[in-house]
Amino acid sequence: MESTEPEPSDSRPQEEEEEEEEEEEEDDDGAHPLPEQPLTAMEDCLAKKMEITVSEAEKRTGRNAMNIQETYTAYLIETRAVESQGEGQCAPVESLWRRYSEFELLRNYLSVTYPHIVVPPLPEKRADFVWHKLSADNMDPDFVERRRIGLENFLLRVASHPVLCQDKIFYAFLMQEGGWKEMVNETGFQLKADSRLKALNATFRVKNPDKRFTELKHYSDELQSVISHLLRVRARVADRLYGVYKVHGNYGRVFSEWSAIEKEMGDGLQSAGHHMDVYAASIDDILEEEEHYADQLKEYLFYAEALRAVCRKHELMQYDLEMAAQDLTSKKQQCEELATGTVRTFSLKGMTSKLFGQETPEQREAKIKILEEQIQEGEEQLKSKNLEGRDFVKSAWADIERFKEQKNHDLKEALISYAVMQISMCKKGIQVWTNAKECFSKM
Amino acid sequence: MEAEGRVPGPPLPAGGEGPGADSHLAAGVLGTAQGPLLAAAEVLALDDEEDDLEVFSKDTSLAEVNSFSPSVPISPSSMINQYKFEDGPELRDLFITVDDPESHITAIETFITYRVVTKTTRGEFDSSEYEVRRRYQDFLWLKSKLEEAHPTLIIPPLPEKFIMKGMVERFSDEFIETRRKALHKFLNRIADHPTLTFNEDFKIFLTAQAWELSSHKKQGPGLLSRMGQTVRAVASSVRGAVKNRPEMFTEMNNYMETFSQKINLLDKIAHRIYKEEREYFNEMKEYGPIHTLWSASEEDIAESLKGIAGCIDRCCRATERRMAGLSEHLLPILHEYVLYTEILVGVLKRRDQIQGELDSKVDALANKKTEKDLFSEEIGKLEDKVERANNALKADWDRWKQNMQWDMRSTFTNVAENNLRYYEECLATWESFLASQTTDLHVDEDSEDRP
Repeated sequence: MESTEPEPSDSRPQEEEEEEEEEEEEDDDGAHPLPEQPLTAMEDCLAKKMEITVSEAEKRTGRNAMNIQETYTAYLIETRAVESQGEGQCAPVESLWRRYSEFELLRNYLSVTYPHIVVPPLPEKRADFVWHKLSADNMDPDFVERRRIGLENFLLRVASHPVLCQDKIFYAFLMQEGGWKEMVNETGFQLKADSRLKALNATFRVKNPDKRFTELKHYSDELQSVISHLLRVRARVADRLYGVYKVHGNYGRVFSEWSAIEKEMGDGLQSAGHHMDVYAASIDDILEEEEHYADQLKEYLFYAEALRAVCRKHELMQYDLEMAAQDLTSKKQQCEELATGTVRTFSLKGMTSKLFGQETPEQREAKIKILEEQIQEGEEQLKSKNLEGRDFVKSAWADIERFKEQKNHDLKEALISYAVMQISMCKKGIQVWTNAKECFSKM
Repeated sequence: MEAEGRVPGPPLPAGGEGPGADSHLAAGVLGTAQGPLLAAAEVLALDDEEDDLEVFSKDTSLAEVNSFSPSVPISPSSMINQYKFEDGPELRDLFITVDDPESHITAIETFITYRVVTKTTRGEFDSSEYEVRRRYQDFLWLKSKLEEAHPTLIIPPLPEKFIMKGMVERFSDEFIETRRKALHKFLNRIADHPTLTFNEDFKIFLTAQAWELSSHKKQGPGLLSRMGQTVRAVASSVRGAVKNRPEMFTEMNNYMETFSQKINLLDKIAHRIYKEEREYFNEMKEYGPIHTLWSASEEDIAESLKGIAGCIDRCCRATERRMAGLSEHLLPILHEYVLYTEILVGVLKRRDQIQGELDSKVDALANKKTEKDLFSEEIGKLEDKVERANNALKADWDRWKQNMQWDMRSTFTNVAENNLRYYEECLATWESFLASQTTDLHVDEDSEDRP
């Protein structure tokens, strides 16, 4: 008899999967050096064939599903085919407008359709981790601008993903303005969606999950927690830094007024005051740059969610598998009992038959037949579920490896860019205070 | 060794016959009442050569002074504050330090005394070294005696009785230290003043034992007579001393009005900056460790994260040093000048009052033609008084302005240096982190290319 235990995930190679996963991990800007193995036309990433930008944002008013007037922002997506031969002639730019809710629909579709893929996250719906200068208003132009960049980043990430970039719905999202929503809904993806995935807190007693996924889930929880904490403190630090710089601006004004009553000190005071103004003003650019760094971290904060979703999916598949196996086992046991007449386990049926007499042999035969059919079905289902589970683990893990590499690369770059920002800030500070010192020494 | 204690003061007036010239001039201005002091100043001027030698040897004792008073900061800039020579580098012959606050508990009260150490080569001092203990009350007494003796000289400010704002307790360590530094400043400013430095009460303050000082305090005009003077001063200044005021003093008044406004604003700004820097420091303290925490979950980027944490911590410490610089130099100086503005306004008023006495007598003379002679003598005396007061104030004003310029220049330059140090430290930290990261990147790339 075939094993009824769910098989542990093994690394038996599956031909198709391997080919796909041997592809190089793509940068979101497509600037990654060409992989050693030439890609087939099918697997060439969209990002390489097409320039994608989210170039504009526009305020619109319209009627929503409940026929109520609302204001929203629409984003212009521009695409242009990349000519690899360099004929000197640029392909025409195609464009269409999408709003945030459509991006959300696209992402939901991708998450459901590719549950084994760590699907890139969208930029935040509402402004979070704000410090006092930033507004929490969704209509605020700075927020809209940063969201525009985030949406573009999302599209580029999807376009550079070896699997996701081939999706027809995604392509239509970029190219087909009208009827796209209907197209998505026609795929019926909502039906495929496992509502249990949303129930984050529900626990399923999974006996034999792949340890890697369990560890990964812990990691994604830790990542989420630590990045949120970091972003919160960073916002407070930014707030305080802003205060330090801006108060120095008061020096400028007072020095200037004071210089009016001084003869010898006047010039020095006045020019020093000017430098204090420069110092105070410099913080605006510095902190704006830092917001982009924060956004980079935020992307991975949201990526942690996507990571957890994949782990969850594995858990659920494993759970279903174990349940199915359990069910099969119990059916087989029932069958055996009926066939041999022994009751191994307590069952109400057993009791009633004892109390009210045994069934007729014909009845028993019928039951056994039904059970045997069910067992047959069950075994086939278990087999396919097993296969599904193994496939899922294999392909999911491959994408997770790809994701890990991407994450390490991106975060390291982000940290380096943070250091670069700090260096620039220090250099500006040195310049201003050197100038100020000179002015003071002339007082 | 000598160079350490010396800081060039504001440029000396040209043509003086030497270091003694300034004090000579100042002494001469004060008139006959200050006879014995004048002689002392002349004596100093003649003993030029000897004075130089004395001062040179004094410099080595500077180190001793520091070792006697470990609580006095020995940082270069604080030495500048201590040993700034206002009248000329070679003239210093009186060195005072205030340190070692001690609590005294009696049945009636608790109070703090400070140790006042004086070292001097002056002839009129019986000894070359004195060590006494004084309490805040004694300083108050000294100040009022000086004001009494020299109504139109600018007497340096004393720290306030107690700070109303904030949570600084009367006897908190911070409060005591701030006060100690201000008292030290106070005595040194007097010592540097060409006239005040020879004041008898000042000498007694520096040298007398506790019981001697008490008995000396009991002599002299009582509180009531002093209050009487103040009342009259206020009254006459209200009555219209302003109308005959020389242009120069009206200008001074106008200047003080604006200056007072600005210095108060600067004081507030400086405190605000300190507060913001402290808040920034508090947040930064939390910021670094988060990166370390994160590195525990990571492999590839763990080193980078720990590197960032290290940089942030180092910048944190640099911020602390920057704050300390502010509170050590900028804040006390600005506060001192805030207090100075009150003093200056008072001095201008007293000058007005002296002039008021003259003016009212002159007015009275216009009405009484019979007692003309008597009046003229009195008026003559008053005119002299007014002239002496005006001259004293003018000279002291010029001196005060020069010192103010020097103080502001050096203090704000120090602030700039402080900030430069901070940014340079942070820059070095981040640059070395960046260097470590980019070498790592190159190593990674190499290993990637290998098949």
